[in-house]
Amino acid sequence: MLEVRNLKLYYRTLRGYVRAVDDVTFQVRDGELLGLAGESGCGKSTLGNGLVLLKPPMNFVGGEVQLDGEKLPIEDYERMRDYRFKKVSIIPQYAMDALNPTRKIGRYIEEILESRGINFESVRETLIERLRLVNLPERVLRMYPIELSGGMKQRMVMVISTLLNPSLLIADEVTSALDVSTQKAVCLMIRNFKELGIVKSIIFITHDISVLYQIADRIMIMYAGKIAEVGKTAQIIQNPLHPYTKMLLTSLPEVGVRYTERMLSGIPGQPPQLLEPPKGCRFKERCPLRDKVCDKDPPLVEIEEDHVAYCWKVKPNA
Amino acid sequence: MSEILFFALRNKKLKAGLSIVLFFVLLGLFGPLISKYKDPLEYVGPGYQPPSKDFWLGTTTFGQDVFTQLVYGIRSSFFVGLVGGGLATLIGLSIGFLAGYRGGLLDEMLMMLTNILLVIPTLALLIIIAAYLPYRGVLIQSIIIGFTAWPWTTRAVRAQTLSLKAREYVNLARISGRSTLKIIIYEIVPNMLSYVFMVFILQFGGAILAAVGLDFIGLGPTKGISLGLMMQNAVLWNAIQLGMWWWVIPPGLVITLIVGGLYFMNVGLDEVFNPRLREM
Amino acid sequence: MLEVVNLSKAYNVGPLGKEKFYAVDNVSFHVADGEIVSLIGESGSGKTTIGKMILRLIKPTGGKIIFNSVDIQSIKNRKEYYRLVQGIFQDPFSSYNPIFKIDRIFEMIREEFYPAITKEEWSKRVKKVVEDIGLNPSEILGKFPHQLSGGQLQRLLIARALLIDAKFLVADEIISMLDASTRIDVLNTLIKLKEKGLSVLFITHDLSLGYYTSDRTIILYRGSIMEYGDTVKVFKKPLHPYTKMLLESVPTTQKVWSNSYISLHGRNVLPSFCKFYDRCPLGDSTCKNVSFEKFEESHFVACVKVTGEGEHVA
Repeated sequence: MLEVRNLKLYYRTLRGYVRAVDDVTFQVRDGELLGLAGESGCGKSTLGNGLVLLKPPMNFVGGEVQLDGEKLPIEDYERMRDYRFKKVSIIPQYAMDALNPTRKIGRYIEEILESRGINFESVRETLIERLRLVNLPERVLRMYPIELSGGMKQRMVMVISTLLNPSLLIADEVTSALDVSTQKAVCLMIRNFKELGIVKSIIFITHDISVLYQIADRIMIMYAGKIAEVGKTAQIIQNPLHPYTKMLLTSLPEVGVRYTERMLSGIPGQPPQLLEPPKGCRFKERCPLRDKVCDKDPPLVEIEEDHVAYCWKVKPNA
Repeated sequence: MSEILFFALRNKKLKAGLSIVLFFVLLGLFGPLISKYKDPLEYVGPGYQPPSKDFWLGTTTFGQDVFTQLVYGIRSSFFVGLVGGGLATLIGLSIGFLAGYRGGLLDEMLMMLTNILLVIPTLALLIIIAAYLPYRGVLIQSIIIGFTAWPWTTRAVRAQTLSLKAREYVNLARISGRSTLKIIIYEIVPNMLSYVFMVFILQFGGAILAAVGLDFIGLGPTKGISLGLMMQNAVLWNAIQLGMWWWVIPPGLVITLIVGGLYFMNVGLDEVFNPRLREM
Repeated sequence: MLEVVNLSKAYNVGPLGKEKFYAVDNVSFHVADGEIVSLIGESGSGKTTIGKMILRLIKPTGGKIIFNSVDIQSIKNRKEYYRLVQGIFQDPFSSYNPIFKIDRIFEMIREEFYPAITKEEWSKRVKKVVEDIGLNPSEILGKFPHQLSGGQLQRLLIARALLIDAKFLVADEIISMLDASTRIDVLNTLIKLKEKGLSVLFITHDLSLGYYTSDRTIILYRGSIMEYGDTVKVFKKPLHPYTKMLLESVPTTQKVWSNSYISLHGRNVLPSFCKFYDRCPLGDSTCKNVSFEKFEESHFVACVKVTGEGEHVA
């Protein structure tokens, strides 16, 4: 179980702080796959990376993170070494490039384990079993990364990062660069890792909400560094409440929609820049429901169990 | 542009490197004017003199003024750097660019030539060429160095050109009906300027070092003075054994400082131009 | 308007370049006036190569491209061709030279295609098209590329093609770098232009975008066409096992994925075999020398397993 309270992660730039993640509170329960969605620049990747690999120019500004009741020292890169890979692991956005090109994959894994003081032989069986789980032959261990396709590398990184059964796995845009057929396979494999209890919980970061509909238990929508709405997958997809979520979902072209039948429309305007974000609701500039009250910070409204939105215009049980 | 200037002014390595190099440029320019003696090879006083009021850096075994030799030597070093390094940059740039941009058979041929030159030890080539020249001046030396130092630049520039050529804005210019020449001038060259600048600095330092190497093994200019020749003479006349530190140390130290300063500049510029390396 | 006939692009690979790798293998299709045709394929399908060959940025090694009844390789004057055929590339950020203001992409067109028009007259025209594609000229013009968003940059590239008054547009993955909330506006712009008579080859890996936008669809796999035809027919009644697999893999918010088996391992294709043979659940020794069969009016498929009813024989 991951609990994040009032987390603030800012980027230091010449002109000041960019508030990429600004006062974010949420939790990921055991046995849960939380989907984290939003547009580019909304802070979703910063959040995911900040929980594991927080280093400059990213700055920890405030908040608390607890994993299984234990406080995670995310602001201390060195102390996080004890947790990284063992308790919390990340598959980074460019995981395909994460493998060392000059090492055979087996040797590379050995080195990573040794650097953590773990004997390779003791996990060998697990490794081979996991490879089978993601549909990779054992011989990949004797291959160089260049001999693997993008999808294979992606699955390899997945196996490596979950080798020590971390409690929490963060998957950052892992399927964005993959073909649709590979994407489906990798997504199902990731979910399978959770169902088999290899990891207790997963944060799956993506810009593609329809992928989350396929695999997530709950979905969290971020906009401009803040949480807009959180709810069970069905609640978010079938009954979105935050105006941003609503507009985002209606702007999705999906197989089954043609312009001749229904002309979709996007969301006019741009997300605010986060150097000096506007006061109050960050979506107000693009929101059709905007009025004066939106200049104050939006309240957290609980609509039904598990389903909350940060918006003045959402009424409980409306 | 202003952003680059901002980072350039903030970068400590660049500032340090630039200060060192500028100091020696000024010394090379104005040193001969403030020195009491006008000819570095003239015997102006007694030999074996340690630094004093009359001889700021002492004298050689034969009574030549070391300071005068040093400032003239700096001049010739910068000359070699400018001409030799400039020439190498120019050749490397043209060939690398042509190979990368044109591709195909021309590319293969040019790169074969480059690779052959790259594996031949430059020093050996320099020795052979230099040894057969009856008369050698600093200019000839610079040209020889320039003509042998370009291959690695060619390879680097070719790689850079290939990468720039693949950018979509080059394709966009092409489908806008632009001629090849205009595409090169407006789309590719401007984006390579920072890179060319850095290549030149490296070649500059490299040419100075190559000249010192040649001088030291006795293939330096047959007339005039240079930092390498100073070192060669100092060693030849047992300056170290005789404890004439004022003769041995200054040329070596100056070379080290100039080349070190240039490398500092290069690293600093790399950080300025490459946002990922910028220190926050 | 544009016809692609037996188009191929082979690269020499292997030791001493003795083997040939076909990035595009004997592809034929056409795009009619005022039609959007989507060319759908995954990475490595050769879709971008086809687009670049149409734009004469890559030379084909076989076949030809015919534009308005003329083989494009025989058009000596490139400008003449680019006056009518234009392209937009995948990455809007890399489509602009970062050191110049964005106005330059328009100025370039005036210099090359319309040198007779005065600067004042031209800037009026530029403002007009920028407005036409739904952007505010005073907020956009005079800016540097990094000051604008991907969606704005991409739409300016459409405006650019409009200014040239091109008749045919190669749109290569033009939305893949854009966010969900802005990508649909770019698509709608394209559709409006098509209704005014522009022909578009819409290259994408995203089936939903293809379905939303195009009149006809071509499904490409490893350099070869698997199935093509009327968009609604191809999507509503997919015939080729590859098309079926693609459609089953696309994530939507309407239907949850079935747990059907997906083979991920593609081996080298044997010559004369169907390119999908090794990943195909139905693949066997009969999957050879495949040719296009007409399944229904404007719906063709290259698969030996498809019967007249559109079912597969095992």
